[in-house]
Amino acid sequence: MTETEQPPALPSTQSAELQRYERLLAEAEQIQGISLWRDAWRRLRKNRVAMISLGYLIVLSLLAVLTPLLPLQPPRQQITKLAFQAPTASPLFIREYKIAENEPAENPDEPLPTQAKIDADGFGPLNWFDRSLLAARRAIFGEWCFNSICGRDRLGRDLFARLFWGARVSLLVGLVATLVALVIGVSYGAIAGYLGGRVDNVMMRIVDVMYSIPFIFVVIFIISILNTEDVKALMAKWGIDRLTVFFLVVGAIFWLTMARVVRGQVVSLRNEQFVEAARVIGASRRRIIFRHVVPNLLSVVIVYLTLTIPQVMLFEAFLSFLGLGVERPDVSWGLLANEGVEVITPVRTVWWMVVYPGLALAMTLFALNFLGDGLRDALDPRMKNR
Amino acid sequence: MGWFIIKRLGWMLLTLWVVYSVSFVLMRSVPGSPLSAERKVSPEIEQNLKRRYRLDQPLGVQYWDDLRRIVPHGDLGASLKIQDFSVNEIIAQGFPVSASLGILALAFALTLGLTAGIISAVRRGSLADFSMMTIATIGIALPNFVIAGIVIILFVFLWPLFPPGGWGRISNIILPAFCLGAPYAAYIARLTRTGMLDVLSQDYIRTAFAKGLSERTVILRHALRGALLPVVSFLGPAIAGVLTGSLVVEKIFGIPGLGVHFVNAALQLDYPLAMGLVLLYTTLLYVMNLLVDLSYAILDPRVKLH
Repeated sequence: MTETEQPPALPSTQSAELQRYERLLAEAEQIQGISLWRDAWRRLRKNRVAMISLGYLIVLSLLAVLTPLLPLQPPRQQITKLAFQAPTASPLFIREYKIAENEPAENPDEPLPTQAKIDADGFGPLNWFDRSLLAARRAIFGEWCFNSICGRDRLGRDLFARLFWGARVSLLVGLVATLVALVIGVSYGAIAGYLGGRVDNVMMRIVDVMYSIPFIFVVIFIISILNTEDVKALMAKWGIDRLTVFFLVVGAIFWLTMARVVRGQVVSLRNEQFVEAARVIGASRRRIIFRHVVPNLLSVVIVYLTLTIPQVMLFEAFLSFLGLGVERPDVSWGLLANEGVEVITPVRTVWWMVVYPGLALAMTLFALNFLGDGLRDALDPRMKNR
Repeated sequence: MGWFIIKRLGWMLLTLWVVYSVSFVLMRSVPGSPLSAERKVSPEIEQNLKRRYRLDQPLGVQYWDDLRRIVPHGDLGASLKIQDFSVNEIIAQGFPVSASLGILALAFALTLGLTAGIISAVRRGSLADFSMMTIATIGIALPNFVIAGIVIILFVFLWPLFPPGGWGRISNIILPAFCLGAPYAAYIARLTRTGMLDVLSQDYIRTAFAKGLSERTVILRHALRGALLPVVSFLGPAIAGVLTGSLVVEKIFGIPGLGVHFVNAALQLDYPLAMGLVLLYTTLLYVMNLLVDLSYAILDPRVKLH
């Protein structure tokens, strides 16, 4: 591009002409193009609900990653005598409950459990990152932790802590499964749209047929297959757990819409005038794809991403309800809510076990939906420079 | 239009065949057999049982035999786990239950969603608009078993209006239908509101007002028809969602429909029952989507079926 804009070399007699060119060049350099992203960001910032949602999601993700650092009770520690304890916020902070000190051992000769043993029971297996966070937390907060401000469950486990640990699983499930769907959908749709013709026709027909398959039932099949002991043993040998399979399966369902959307975009973009214009001034194919086509796809993809994550999280909750989702003792919000629904009896209303997980789920899905709507408006090219 | 329907039914057969094959492969790749979980029987008797249910044949033979039995007669075989029942009988018993629940849930979703959507679009920015849209957003973001849990705590235990479960009386169906329909009512409300707002700003609405029609006539006769289009196209996914949602709701409220059978059949490897239900659900879904497409063409004369 730069070669074409340079003024031709002129003799000094035409200095007026030269000055005019130089002025034009200087002017052109001063004009700053507003990129699509900066423009979208400017518009998104004006949308207060979307910004609050974005902030909430960022804070939530940070807290979920840093959960072991927070002063929470061990999420798996069972204190049976406190089962179904109602939410209590006074005092706000309590000292961590130590089974060794509070309950006399059945066999007095038995050595008292070590801190490592208590942690292993209370937190489950941790990786090195979580272990170091836990160590940091002990150094900062000592033995103090939040009281059960969301109540306790059937086994006396602290619901507040379990909500945070559940957030990790729920968010991870939503994000990773959606990314799997994204990768499959974008490549499939882009290939179909780019190749066009008969290949496109066949590929999209396949998508049409798959659309009318009730996939929930296929998933129930697959996961019940995975539930049998033989397959579990086989999977353990290969080092795959049910969560990984879950990602793949869910991703394999949700890619259909993505493929359609991307294919439609690619087909319409291929014939757009700005692509032709870029080709005319000699831009390389690579430059056209990455500079002109992909950014236009990206906005659709991002919007779709934020709107698919809630669906995936709801789907995970649905599977948890059927006992086919996340495996205990891991927790997810769906599993927690299901535990709450299971203990509903006329005798006592353990409302907190339904309401708090439901609230956590609802707020996050809320935020994702609002952010998705806001992003769709912000990235809409028709709104540009408004 | 006739050609369109024939073509779509052809695609339906293809889809059913794909579903049949996929389900067959999936079911048979499960280790263990439906008979292995029973009490231990002597190998001879197990052999006899297998022969009776034709499980001793090679898989290819089973595949074709099943297909040849299902296609001309619609005979889905005998259940392997529920004694003395053929799959057709189980479906004949459970289907009316699930269908009435689903239809009531959809009717509920449509009436509530459309009313809320129209009111909040017409009274845009009012308190009613704000509160209804907030409730709708909550409805979308909650899984239906959480809604069911909250509703049970409120209206069965705290304020005993309804029985907790069971089937047969009108009071039995109201809560389940509400829980099943609530998320879709919320979606429909939002879609109607957006569609209405779009339509209300168009010229022909201004013309209708200008020629002196009452607000009621303009909204119900002129605007609603245009605003209905997105709602109608959402009905396809909504029907699919109601079908799957009934798995959850039937389990919570103890309703003797098909949903419970499906999960149990899949978990217990009851091949014929699971296959029958999958095929039934696929057919339902396909026919419903076809109806949705047809009604779309009736509502919007610009849409051409091909």
